[in-house]
Amino acid sequence: MDIFGNILGVACYEGLVFGLVTIGVYITFRVLAFPDLSVDGTFPLGGAIAAVLIVAGVNPFLATLAALGGGLVAGLVTGLLNTKLRISALLAGILMMVGLYSINLRIMSGANVPLLREVTSFDVIAELFGLHGGLAVSITLVSVVVTLFFVVLNWFLRTEIGLALRATGDNEEMVRGFGIDTDKTVLLGCSVSNGLVALAGALVAQNQGFSDVGMGIGMIVLGLAAVIIGEGLFHPKGIAPILLACLGGTFVYRLFITIALRLGMAPGDLKLITALLVVMVLAVPYLQKRMRKEWLEPAKRW
Amino acid sequence: MTTKATGNHRLLQLKSIKKVFARGTIDEVTALASIKLDIYDQDFVTVIGSNGAGKTTLLNIIAGVYPPERGGSVTISDEDVTHLLGYRRAVYIGRVWQQPETGTAGKLTIEENLSLALLRGQSRGLKGATNKQRRQLFREELAVLGLGLENRLNTPVYTLSGGQRQALSLVMATISKPAILLLDEHIATLDPKTAKTVLDLTDKIVRLEQMTTIMVTHNMEIALNYGNRLIMMHKGRIIVDMGEAKKKALKVSDLVSAFERAAGEEFDDDTILLSRGE
Ligand SMILES: Nc1ncnc2c1ncn2[C@@H]1O[C@H](COP(=O)(O)OP(=O)(O)OP(=O)(O)O)[C@@H](O)[C@H]1O
Ligand SMILES: [Mg+2]
Repeated sequence: MDIFGNILGVACYEGLVFGLVTIGVYITFRVLAFPDLSVDGTFPLGGAIAAVLIVAGVNPFLATLAALGGGLVAGLVTGLLNTKLRISALLAGILMMVGLYSINLRIMSGANVPLLREVTSFDVIAELFGLHGGLAVSITLVSVVVTLFFVVLNWFLRTEIGLALRATGDNEEMVRGFGIDTDKTVLLGCSVSNGLVALAGALVAQNQGFSDVGMGIGMIVLGLAAVIIGEGLFHPKGIAPILLACLGGTFVYRLFITIALRLGMAPGDLKLITALLVVMVLAVPYLQKRMRKEWLEPAKRW
Repeated sequence: MTTKATGNHRLLQLKSIKKVFARGTIDEVTALASIKLDIYDQDFVTVIGSNGAGKTTLLNIIAGVYPPERGGSVTISDEDVTHLLGYRRAVYIGRVWQQPETGTAGKLTIEENLSLALLRGQSRGLKGATNKQRRQLFREELAVLGLGLENRLNTPVYTLSGGQRQALSLVMATISKPAILLLDEHIATLDPKTAKTVLDLTDKIVRLEQMTTIMVTHNMEIALNYGNRLIMMHKGRIIVDMGEAKKKALKVSDLVSAFERAAGEEFDDDTILLSRGE
């Protein structure tokens, strides 16, 4: 029981906090059709900013907000590389990812910053609610943050600007034809996306007690895998269901990873698990259709 | 060339418009060789010309998708908009494209597409994109099509047929009543009945809202029977430009033979076909 509870708890926490990454990836890849790889750099950027500020004595919530701001700016730069300098989205993201690696090292003046002796946002919440169990605190804080962003995004994407953003990835020429500056909507989307990712990085760093320059490796894979799992399992239609599917997909993904770890698999094997999980989610419905001899769409390349 | 003015003032002026694609490569194409065109308020111009004549390119230049070559100018209501590209010109120009996919956003619903269209050229804010009042307006506008789309506001547009999408495009292009309407073979993909519906609706909207319209078509009968002015393009030039009186006197067969001659021959700048129309 206890071990189950613990596994579920871990998956819950990770599903929520990495769910922010997934929503970020969803916004660029799916909403904007902008394959943005800067995520691997903006996640540790958030961790680095928050950690350095907390060590410097800044209020941990303010430090977290600053990390969000850092991500917004980084995403904006990715968007600018694409829209103003006409560098392809893929390359712009890769350049940002590479560039941010050095920037993150500079921010932290080294490869990592320990936070074990510092008061993090999680410690403040624990104090506030008189909680002791580490996991309960983690889940409480990230639930609040995720709920907040869920509500805001669910509202924002339905506004006039939000609609323009969603339409941009769908049919840019038409959107311009209705008088919308699609450069601006792309900038906005990239910015919001990376802001969310950096926020997640800041929370993860505080939760694990250190920020590390390598903590972003594989974030883009996580985000994409979770998007695909969420879409594959829940077939979401409408904005709120899509956001929930991002969170659900992340939860399922992290649940598998947690279980695999508990079963004693080496951390090095996790990448393979990720790959197999994505293949499974994509292939099972296809194979089912195949067995039922249904009509099959030709393979997609993008 | 005869050019008949309907409204008194000149709404759109194209001067020395030239457009070359892939300049300096073996694929270089002169899509527009030399275009001079004045369009007056409330003109309804039909445009014909063989494939590759430059019709779509001309509409793209008017809409500001890309600029003309140096030296050319586009003026709308006496404002030089040559360098005012794309989205900034949208406030003046509604457009239905040749392909139904181009005029609509497939992943969004009918309602969302119309909401996007309704705010043409206006600044967009943090208000909800749709509300009861707007929805009611959308239902009324769609009901006129007679395609039942008014009951499917929440349907994603990619699930509509090409014809339904094109009809929706027309509503989207005109719902905010822009001054200029550009139609690029917009009924070519529709079945005969829907094509007639959409064409009559086009005509009705154009008259009612007094929109200045340029309609590209490959159908000679439509080109003759609709609008008050007819233009024929060939190899990036306007080789015929006739007003209402001349157009009325012309038969489809005259037009077809002129068209065939145009397709088979080279013309000098000043060649005027169709002199027997009058
Ligand atoms: N973006 C582009 N890049 C390169 N060449 C182009 C481009 N757009 C048009 N062209 C070329 O310019 C010429 C005119 O094309 P345009 O699309 O204007 O013809 P059209 O009159 O609309 O023909 P259709 O009746 O087939 O639609 C063609 O030779 C075409 O290949
Ligand atoms: Mg064309």
